[in-house]
Amino acid sequence: MMKPVFMTYTKKDLINLAVCMVLSVLVIPTFITTEYWYTSILIPWLCLALATIGQQIVMGYTGQLALGAAGFMAAGAFAMFNLILRVPDLGFVGSLIVSGLIAAAFGILFGLPSLKVRGIYLMVATLASQFFIIWMIDKFGWFKNYDSSGIITAQDIVILGKPFTTPLAMYFVCLAVTTVLTLLAMNMARGSTGRNWMAVRDMDIAAESMGVSLLRTKVQAFAISAFYCGVAGALFAFCYLKSLEPVAFDIKLSFKILFMCILGGLGTINGAFIGAAFILLFPVLLNAIGNNVFHGAIDATIISSIEQVIFGGLMIIFMIYEPLGMAKLWENIKQKWKTKFPTMNIKNLTSSIGKKS
Amino acid sequence: MAQERKFKIGKPILEVKNISLSFGGVKAITDTSFDVLEHEVRAIIGPNGAGKSSMLNCINGIYKPQQGTVSFKGQQITNITPNIMAQMGLSRTFQNLALFKRMSVLDNILVGRKLHTKTNFLEVAFQLPKVKKEEKENRDRSEEIISFLEIEDIKDTPVGKLPYGLQKKVELGRALATDSSVILLDEPMAGMNVEEKRDMCRFILKVNDELGTTMVLIEHDMGVVMDISDRVVVLDYGKVIGDGTPDEVRSNQKVIDAYLGVEH
Repeated sequence: MMKPVFMTYTKKDLINLAVCMVLSVLVIPTFITTEYWYTSILIPWLCLALATIGQQIVMGYTGQLALGAAGFMAAGAFAMFNLILRVPDLGFVGSLIVSGLIAAAFGILFGLPSLKVRGIYLMVATLASQFFIIWMIDKFGWFKNYDSSGIITAQDIVILGKPFTTPLAMYFVCLAVTTVLTLLAMNMARGSTGRNWMAVRDMDIAAESMGVSLLRTKVQAFAISAFYCGVAGALFAFCYLKSLEPVAFDIKLSFKILFMCILGGLGTINGAFIGAAFILLFPVLLNAIGNNVFHGAIDATIISSIEQVIFGGLMIIFMIYEPLGMAKLWENIKQKWKTKFPTMNIKNLTSSIGKKS
Repeated sequence: MAQERKFKIGKPILEVKNISLSFGGVKAITDTSFDVLEHEVRAIIGPNGAGKSSMLNCINGIYKPQQGTVSFKGQQITNITPNIMAQMGLSRTFQNLALFKRMSVLDNILVGRKLHTKTNFLEVAFQLPKVKKEEKENRDRSEEIISFLEIEDIKDTPVGKLPYGLQKKVELGRALATDSSVILLDEPMAGMNVEEKRDMCRFILKVNDELGTTMVLIEHDMGVVMDISDRVVVLDYGKVIGDGTPDEVRSNQKVIDAYLGVEH
């Protein structure tokens, strides 16, 4: 194992982080100038990746089959709307944190069944969050500020008096929030918190015999997961949709996040980003193929059906051959590369030998 | 044992009184009592289905006996749960291995340090200095246990990929990491070859000798049990049929009958 250089991060982690930061802060803004990329791909990617991290925490790390991420996202989004509307003093960042906490409160409430039921039955029980939260928002006009049109326009993002309204500015807002929360999630996942989660996932009775409280660990995982989903939902509504409507957070979105989680790789943080990118970009790719290769000869509805078929097929293939998803696939490719070209790692090798002696 | 022990066998630390456990109509344990003295190696033996594992599960709180009491460190414990027992200083291993399969050996043993981890998830998320200090202490202790058990070379391997004998060792390591005063071992040597068994015996005695940990173990292999334990309790059909030093138990007619069979 490599030695951590800074906090829990090894040298490799820091290099990866630096590469990601340079790419996302410098390279992307300089080379990508079309608004389409920001508004339709990068911003939703960051938001959904964040929600997928939430799903990873409860499902990938703690092993609780939960389905209802979109419900918590809706809770976060509408909490954000009401906080900015009614408590303007909180500011954007403050509202974002508080709306995450409100979603976390829902997470605790709907996580309680996990103490009694498990597996597929828990999945059904957690569906309640999906339907209850959406119903609540629809039923009580207060949440929508008695707006009759059904679709509310999201307020402009203002941080420290500065408006963030251009696609690029919104991208940076999403990027900053996602980066901070991803790092915090990594710290938890690698530290004692993550070990407790995984212990509950792998063998709950043994975890309990080691003094890990099942109640606390499960409820904690649900709360943190819902916090991530809530913040993601608020960003999703304010930066991507720019409007608030309960329909946007329907069960389909929950399933989408579930697919991102599974295809990306259960129990990995980077898998959340890979999975979200794949599910978002794949339809774009299919459309591009349809337009450029077949020159529109294939109907758009057929293309979207093909997309569903391929997603379904991939889910089955991954579940059978690589349950740990694309993140694991990527690891395997790197491993093969290393064994094929051992010379590339001479530096690592000599330093590790040096350490041993 | 002629050799002077560092930790002298003391007062009873764990007392089991009149435990009865049944599953529906099947009586697993009937009115069983015995005690475990501080710093001793205590064995529970008996033929298959004698209720040995059920006994451990009652002590540890996984099963709730219909009757009887368990006292630990002079305190009668009502409403036993595995968590409460762990907090009081009683750790255990499982018969069919209950390791965290997808986690590395080191991480498994680190989970055993849970009760020595006081920082909460927010402090962990922000990596406050005290988290780093605590993590380092826990890692150092875990590394100590790993070298004590001579499993340094596999510490980063996911436990699920290890052979059975090593997994048993890791499970002992995880129990040790809790720094408990009593460890219950449920068939620590089942499925091992002679060499692995000898190794395991050595570790059990070494732990008992160097750390003074009270060991309660279940074992099938009579030979092994007689060699390493101070006192043996024999169960058959959920009842105690013999209790005493290995020599006493060996010459007990009831025990001989239970093991060799008797004409009715």
